[in-house]
Amino acid sequence: MNETQKQELASLSLAGVAALLEKREVSSGEVTGLMLERIRESKNNAYICVNDGEDGGALKAAAEADSRRREGKSLGPLDGVPMALKDDFCIRGMKTTCASRTLENFIPPYTATVAEKLESAGAILLGKLNMDEFSAGNATDTSIFGATRNPRKPEHVAGGSSGGSAAAVAEDTAYFAIGTDAGGAVRQPAAFCGVVGMKPTYGRVSRYGFVHYASSFDQAGPLSKTVEDCALALSAIAGFDPRDACSLHDPVPDYHAGLRGAEEFKSFRIGIPKEYMGSQIRDDVRQNLTELAARLQDAGALVEECSLPNAKYASSAHYVISSAEFNSNMARYDGVKFGYRAKGYESYEDMLLRTRGEGFGDEVKRRILFGIYSLSGGRFNDYYLQAQKARTMIIEDYRQAFCRYDLLLTPAAPVTAWPLGTAFPDPAQAYMMDMCAVPANLAGIPAISVPWGADKAGLPMGVQVMAPALCDDLVLHAARGIEELREVRAHG
Amino acid sequence: MAITKDTIRQIAGLAKIGLTDEEAERFARDLSKIDTFVGQVAKLETEGVAPATHSVQMKSVYRDDVMIPSLPREELLANAPEHDGSGFLTPKVLDEG
Repeated sequence: MNETQKQELASLSLAGVAALLEKREVSSGEVTGLMLERIRESKNNAYICVNDGEDGGALKAAAEADSRRREGKSLGPLDGVPMALKDDFCIRGMKTTCASRTLENFIPPYTATVAEKLESAGAILLGKLNMDEFSAGNATDTSIFGATRNPRKPEHVAGGSSGGSAAAVAEDTAYFAIGTDAGGAVRQPAAFCGVVGMKPTYGRVSRYGFVHYASSFDQAGPLSKTVEDCALALSAIAGFDPRDACSLHDPVPDYHAGLRGAEEFKSFRIGIPKEYMGSQIRDDVRQNLTELAARLQDAGALVEECSLPNAKYASSAHYVISSAEFNSNMARYDGVKFGYRAKGYESYEDMLLRTRGEGFGDEVKRRILFGIYSLSGGRFNDYYLQAQKARTMIIEDYRQAFCRYDLLLTPAAPVTAWPLGTAFPDPAQAYMMDMCAVPANLAGIPAISVPWGADKAGLPMGVQVMAPALCDDLVLHAARGIEELREVRAHG
Repeated sequence: MAITKDTIRQIAGLAKIGLTDEEAERFARDLSKIDTFVGQVAKLETEGVAPATHSVQMKSVYRDDVMIPSLPREELLANAPEHDGSGFLTPKVLDEG
């Protein structure tokens, strides 16, 4: 293969490479080797570790996929397709660091359901992807392994916390990736890096075996080059899991086989909540969405401005509840059963203080401290309980909106990727960068970010489509339709 | 309302996070700003609204009481910072005597 052929092969979609594998025009060994080569050459710091260990790693798994194909025993479209996972998914025998000193040397004795499902579909694990420490952050710059660069503009952040996942897909070092999203952590980096990122309905994908951030919001979802790829990946990872108490029993449709596109817009009623088109959204991002809205109307959709009256409380309610839940989830890191333990302690109490003081980075500490504060006697009623009530009101806002509209459309983020090293003088300002994404986590509904437009500097923008719980297929249809309109725009 | 360094020290004690003086000062400033941001939610009129613990309707699920094997002791101890082959080791929690 010459360099041009390699580049072409690497830039294929999941569906594209799967078709070549199926026709045996290329082997999994070849594409996996190509991906590993590209990972080694990349300067974007998307990967924390590469699966090339003594047991043969990715190349051995690829050889097995190739022999299955030769014997006519292919496991399906993902068989032999190289992909990667955010480094919060546990895999037996492989380091899972969560980009933290605390888990720097943690080797899980068990495997996450998502990873098991992908393995049984034949997908090849290339490695584990960079992220904000314990998912606390939105720029993948709190990782102890350093920030991930945005492949579209390397002096800019990749977004976060699943920034490595978005960057790997954008730089063509994985045909798809799986991240986790408790407050936009899949969708915002997808938007920043110009790829597709989806947060399915809460409970649609098992949480078993990934390191929890905020348990009532956490959901795993695919990042991919196309919506079709997203549907293929979601079909592989969705489904009931008895090991996750919040896992949904509802049957999983074949998201890929049922995928429709722009012709569907004729039957869609789409609401654009005015609260996500206000002054907090940068002008060019707002105009970008307005332009899409006009094209959706041209395609036959009913597009109207609507209102989610309690939207302005979403970010603060999400911050309170997620910090409180994060604090609970982080209590397990005590330096006893696994993870980092400080040296030179004088007592059990002193060991805890030093272990957690040394093992956690600033943003993790900040969120734990605020979590405890909002649960403490003086603040419990005003903050935590109020935030839970606000959540009820926000869920109700969405329920009412979905009585009138099939879909809601917003920008995926209020801005585009900011320069690496940007320090927000007020932490709250940084949290507001998630303002478009967090409501879907509060309401548990499916949401996708799909690339549409770019700013003057060429940094990608994403638009977000949301639908009622369990209408993940609807979200995919609409996103596929937007993709088709994008293709029409590019060629017209 | 500004959050003081003393309050930070108190909640860091609950969180079992040892902080340096510089950190305590910095987090007091940061959390005061976050406090202002989050203060919005306290002002929301919520009379008669029930708190939500989950987004999607959840119901209790029962499963058959079947034994499933647990992980071998050696594997679970392998990640422990200190163990004696049968259990985790920590500094003494209780005084002798």
